[in-house]
Amino acid sequence: MWDGARMTIEIDVEKRRGDRMIAARFTAGPGLTALFGPSGAGKTSILDMVAGLLRPDRGHIRIGDRTLFDAATDLPPEARRIGYVFQDGRLFPHKRVRANLTYGHELAPTANRWMTLDEAVGFLGIDHLLGRWPQSLSGGEAQRVAIGRALLAGPDILLMDEPLASLDAARRGDIMAVIERIRDDLKLPILYVSHDRAEVDRLATSVVAIGE
Amino acid sequence: MLSAEEWGIVALSLKVGGLAVLATLPLAFVIAWALARYRFPGRMLVDALVHLPLVLPPVVTGWLLLIAFGPLGPIGGWLERWFGVTLMFRWTGAALAAAIMALPLMVRAMRLSIEGIDRRLEGAARTLGAGRWHAFRTISLPLALPGILAALVLGFARSIGEFGATITFVSNIPGETRTLPLAIYSALQVPGGEAMVTRLALLSVALSLGALLASEWLVRRSHVGRRAHDD
Repeated sequence: MWDGARMTIEIDVEKRRGDRMIAARFTAGPGLTALFGPSGAGKTSILDMVAGLLRPDRGHIRIGDRTLFDAATDLPPEARRIGYVFQDGRLFPHKRVRANLTYGHELAPTANRWMTLDEAVGFLGIDHLLGRWPQSLSGGEAQRVAIGRALLAGPDILLMDEPLASLDAARRGDIMAVIERIRDDLKLPILYVSHDRAEVDRLATSVVAIGE
Repeated sequence: MLSAEEWGIVALSLKVGGLAVLATLPLAFVIAWALARYRFPGRMLVDALVHLPLVLPPVVTGWLLLIAFGPLGPIGGWLERWFGVTLMFRWTGAALAAAIMALPLMVRAMRLSIEGIDRRLEGAARTLGAGRWHAFRTISLPLALPGILAALVLGFARSIGEFGATITFVSNIPGETRTLPLAIYSALQVPGGEAMVTRLALLSVALSLGALLASEWLVRRSHVGRRAHDD
């Protein structure tokens, strides 16, 4: 479906937030790259900078041969083709599951889409949820829908910010299996933020330590 | 049940209230949005000016309108010269007075609902390919809708009840500016007007109560959606 195997992600950013300095420099290859470090180390800020939701003070962000940010470039989030799965799902509360899933899909140019609604629904096993409202979903269900919504927008890479944080042990296993299939079957590069050793050991192709 | 004259009063009141809230809505929304989302120089002043009609004696608001929008006033004179529009002693002037009195209520209702929107949802929409305007139209605006509707209802009820600023600015002219409260006031001055007063007063109570219940219902609905999202 998608050939992201040769896509490299090059990140070199700095950002001052209050009296803290957030800095990261690494190159991520295919597979799942875990940004691993204690809470409050600025891992989410790094994802936000990659997504275009937070502007770095300096540096550059490149994905494959596309420059998302440097001294001369600052693509808005909607032009970056980045899927973002937030810690809290962040589904649109006034739209049913189906409309949440198709929100980005319908905005993406046809050439950028690499998954249909039916494929995403089958891949994630969420067929029975399509007519539901987000507030009626369990944590695991909401996270599946959030993943589907991000995939359907046709991203080049996927950002995941502690997607298991609000789930119980059983759901964690489910969602980890989904993430492994995104990594291995869809071959979509993933930047994955976590402070959990076990999670990182199971999922990561490579690890970037973020911390003091 | 109501006489033709009384139906005319009701119709005029609805016309004045309707024009007042519909004309005020876009301005009130822009002010509410700016106050909820941005820090800008003069923000406190804008906030205070918007709320002024709420605490000022209405007769003073009416007098200020008379000065500004009278034929010799800076705005009134200009409107008259360039557009041949007069507001003083006209029903449109009554709508203006009602609009100014309704503005603070409308801004407050909308501001609360805008402040309640999780801004991170807009960020999520942007990463899904939505530009600023599209994210506003498809995410923020629908989520603010209950507040906007509540503002319309509250503003409308306030407009229909406006008395002091109206009678000061546009006087009490039957068929032109005599809305429900002014008609009740007039009927009170007339011997034997008690029956009319009773009917119009009951009508006012019904309209106001209906508006309050409607806005309460709308606000509650918006809270349900939001709380469920926070879970």
